[in-house]
Amino acid sequence: MAEPVLALRGLRKRFGGLAVTEDVSLDVAPGEIHAVIGPNGAGKTTLINQISGVLAPDAGRILFLGRDITRLKLHRRARLGLARSFQITSIIPDFTALENAALAAQAGEGTSFRFFRPAGKEAGLNRAAMVALEQVGLARRANTPAGAMSHGEKRQLELAIALATQPRLLLLDEPLAGAGPEETERLIGILSLLRRRYAILLVEHDMQAVFALADRISVLVYGRLIATGTPAVIRQNAEVRAAYLGEDDIPLAAAPC
Amino acid sequence: MRTLAKEAPALLVLGALAAAPWLGFGESWALTLLARAMILAMAAVSLSFLVGGAGLVSLGHAAMLGFGAYAVVILDDAQIVEAWVVLPVAITAAAGFALVTGAVAIRTSGVHFIMITLAFGQMAYFTATSLSGYGGDDGYTLYARTELGGSRILSDRLSFHFICLGALTLTWLVCRMLLASRFGRVLRAVRGNPLRAQALGFSPYPYRLLAYVIAGGLAGAAGFLFANATEFVAPAYIAWQRSGELLFMVILGGIGGLHGALLGAFGFVLLEEVLSHQWEHWRIAFGVLLILAVLYLPGGLAGLPAQLARRRGGG
Repeated sequence: MAEPVLALRGLRKRFGGLAVTEDVSLDVAPGEIHAVIGPNGAGKTTLINQISGVLAPDAGRILFLGRDITRLKLHRRARLGLARSFQITSIIPDFTALENAALAAQAGEGTSFRFFRPAGKEAGLNRAAMVALEQVGLARRANTPAGAMSHGEKRQLELAIALATQPRLLLLDEPLAGAGPEETERLIGILSLLRRRYAILLVEHDMQAVFALADRISVLVYGRLIATGTPAVIRQNAEVRAAYLGEDDIPLAAAPC
Repeated sequence: MRTLAKEAPALLVLGALAAAPWLGFGESWALTLLARAMILAMAAVSLSFLVGGAGLVSLGHAAMLGFGAYAVVILDDAQIVEAWVVLPVAITAAAGFALVTGAVAIRTSGVHFIMITLAFGQMAYFTATSLSGYGGDDGYTLYARTELGGSRILSDRLSFHFICLGALTLTWLVCRMLLASRFGRVLRAVRGNPLRAQALGFSPYPYRLLAYVIAGGLAGAAGFLFANATEFVAPAYIAWQRSGELLFMVILGGIGGLHGALLGAFGFVLLEEVLSHQWEHWRIAFGVLLILAVLYLPGGLAGLPAQLARRRGGG
């Protein structure tokens, strides 16, 4: 396997006496969609927060493109090409869709200490923003204020913002959260188009989406990884089945291949 | 065309000011009033850049004005009255104060930022009261207005009117340009959603600090003109009440755009002028009007046309 884009080594995090991340090690290979699943309270969002830099781990290392970023701040990690989408939609409501994506493109390119030229007229930024909007199917809504968009569109915009930074790794924290059935289908379609082009770490509750999209799946239970493997392997894993026993919303057997 | 329509209120105000001396405002009392309004509008526009653009609600902006004004006083006392010296000193002093205090204040946010800027502003105020060599509490009367290249152009009322108008226009254009630039876009993004901006790789601190310093420098230039307009500077001019007034102008005008601060400043100064001639206890009526404005004009004076259009459309 090629050198991983992201490598976690022995990551630990405690909140008081509660271990929320316990000795977690995993890799995301170039072009791979690596999904992390687990029952509620398994520590998935805490894990994403440590990778993106919102929380500092107590022990262990985070390697990004071979570089140790464990102690880097959030914005410095973003500069290196680590793009994150939020579980709760995080857009800039009074910007248009285009300006949201253009801001992201601006973040990925050059300095922002420029004072004279109107940023809205920079063709390079607007072009990059439009490409990102097209990738998520929002090109026609470019001039709509983000705050006035539907929930599903905001989820798409969230993705476009991540794409416009020219990321090396996408951290997607429940990209389907709160989306209706139709929106979910559209978002799955968009995500499958991104496969192979980006390394993606996907945290998602929707098992149907996870089994449809992921190349590999890691299962997190009470902060500990109990299994990693292809969707087919995970489906057969007895420990995983046991962990999900009693969770009526996640029938593993019913998930498609 | 759309940008032109959006800037129409500001252009209208600035155009009216240019024509004012020939529209019955040529008398010396009228020019004095307009100069005061324009200078306060300058400070209000720079504050609006901070509040509406960067989301930094400062309650210490009068201190920047004060640094500009006291630079004029201190140099006047040393018999330095050349504008090419005095103005840069005034701007640098105010920007320097903004840099030092901003470096601390910008680390906080929300109510804490308001309180800490208020505290720094009051420190500047009490320092001014203790400057006994410059009149202390009683203030200081300038020997003469600042000169420009040896000529006494600032002493001519009509020239001074246009100098103030030029300075106000320039302040507006600079703030407008900054807000539209990459720098301003980051500022607006940080105001709109700080976590998103950070996740994109922008650390808010340097952007906000620079905005604070720029706004301070612009208010320092306004302070320079303020001292020249009144030929007298007292600590009372820069007390926290003045900061509150400036903030009020910004809110009265509407924080949705810089032209709001222009409208707010003129609305405030003219209302104050009219009421104070009508009634001894005019501040009571003034207060009531200001409260009504906050309650019933959510978008400020700048939002009034849209508000009226909506009402007409709706019913």
